[in-house]
Amino acid sequence: MKQRLLIVEPSEVIVAGLMTILDGQIRFKVLEPETDVERLEERLTAVRPDILLINPTLLADAGILRTEYPMAVVALVYQYVERELLKQYDAVVDIRDSRAQIIETIAQASPGEPEQSKSNYELTKRETAVLVQLAQGKTNKEIADALNVSVHTVISHRKNITHKTGIKSVAGLTVYAMLNNLIDESTLL
Amino acid sequence: MKPRLFSRDSRLSDLITAHPSLLTLLTRLGISLGFGDRSIADVCEESGVDTDFFLLICNVYTFNNYVPSTVAILGTDMTGLVPYLEKSHKYYVDKRLPHIERHLDAIAKNLGGRIGQVFISFFKEYKDEVVEHFAHEERNVFPHISALMGGKKDTTYSIADFLHTHSDIEGKLDDLLNIVFKYLPPQVDDDNVMDVVYDILRLSEDLKKHTFIEEKIMVPLVQHLENAVLKR
Repeated sequence: MKQRLLIVEPSEVIVAGLMTILDGQIRFKVLEPETDVERLEERLTAVRPDILLINPTLLADAGILRTEYPMAVVALVYQYVERELLKQYDAVVDIRDSRAQIIETIAQASPGEPEQSKSNYELTKRETAVLVQLAQGKTNKEIADALNVSVHTVISHRKNITHKTGIKSVAGLTVYAMLNNLIDESTLL
Repeated sequence: MKPRLFSRDSRLSDLITAHPSLLTLLTRLGISLGFGDRSIADVCEESGVDTDFFLLICNVYTFNNYVPSTVAILGTDMTGLVPYLEKSHKYYVDKRLPHIERHLDAIAKNLGGRIGQVFISFFKEYKDEVVEHFAHEERNVFPHISALMGGKKDTTYSIADFLHTHSDIEGKLDDLLNIVFKYLPPQVDDDNVMDVVYDILRLSEDLKKHTFIEEKIMVPLVQHLENAVLKR
C-alpha cells in the first residue's frame, strides 16, 4: 500500500523541488502540501498521513504530535538545527542530500510493514519479540542490538504495539505480556 | 457564546438531574446534599460558595468544548479554587483510588501467583505516582497561589515551572482500562471486573477535567496574578 506523505514547508521553492523528486514514486502518495504551519493539526486530523515531512524549527515537540497522530515524522533540514532536537524525529532529510538518498530516507522512515495490514490487531512476530524484551526492562538500544535492527525500527515496533493494544507504558505492556503468556516468571526481573 | 445552560436561578436539583455526574462535585465544592428545591444561587450562598465559581466549574465539567475566557476567569471570585483542587486530590486519593484498588486486589487474588502480583503492583506504582503528583502541587503550586492572592510577592516559584513539569496522570489509567477489559483471562470475568471498568472510566474522565481546570483556569489566573504583583 502506498504511504501517504504530507509535506509541511513554508518555502514554495523547496516544496516544488521535493514534489519533483518524489513525483512518480510508487511507494508514496504525496498529499497536497501545506505551506501554513498554523493549519498543521487541522490537516493531520483531516488527511491522517503515514509520514509527515516537516522543518523541525516549525515544530515544538514532534514526540507529542506523534502520540496524537500515529505516523512517522521526518525532519526536513536546510539550516543548522540542534542535534538534540533531531532525536525526536524518525529520520532526517537534508535538502543537500542526493535525490536517491532523500527518497530512500523517507521510505525507510515509513511505519508500514509488509507483514501487517491496518485491520490486523494481532502482534507480529517481530513486535512480540520487542515486547518480550521491553517487559524484561531492556532499553530501545539494547533491544535493537539483541534483534539486530536499528533503534529507529524498535521505536516503530513500539508504536505499532501501542497502537494495537492501547497500552502505552512499559509497566502496562509487561502486564499484557504476562497475561498473554509471552513471558513467564523466570524471564521477568 | 458561553454554553451556560444553567443560571443562578435554576434549581440545583435540575442541574443534577440533567447531569448526574456533577453530584460528585458538590462535596468537593463545599455543598452538602439535602438542598431541596432551592436555587443554585441560594444553595451556594447558604454554603458560602461563590455562585459564579460554582457555575464555572460545573460548566467545565458538563461541556467538553467549553474553555472559559480569561475575562470570565478574572471576573470570577477564585478564592475557592485552591480549596476545591485540594478537596479533589483528597477525593481521588482517599476515595476513588482505594475503591478501585479493592476491586483490583480481588482480581489479583483470582489471577493468583506472579501474574496477580505484577498486575496489582502495576496499579500500586500508578497510585504512588498520582499521590506524588498531587503532593508536589500541594507543596509548591498551591502555597504560591495563596500567597499571590494575598498580594504577596513570591519569587521562589513561578507557574511557568508548573507547565514544564505537569505530567500526564491519566495515561496509565487508560493502560489499566485496556488490560482489565480486553486482556484479563475469561475465568476472572466476575462482577469485580465490570465494577472496576466503570470506576476507572469515571476516574479517568474526572482526572481529565481536573487537569483541564488546572491548565486552562488555574494557569491563566496565576499568570495574571504574577504579572499584577510584579508590576507593583
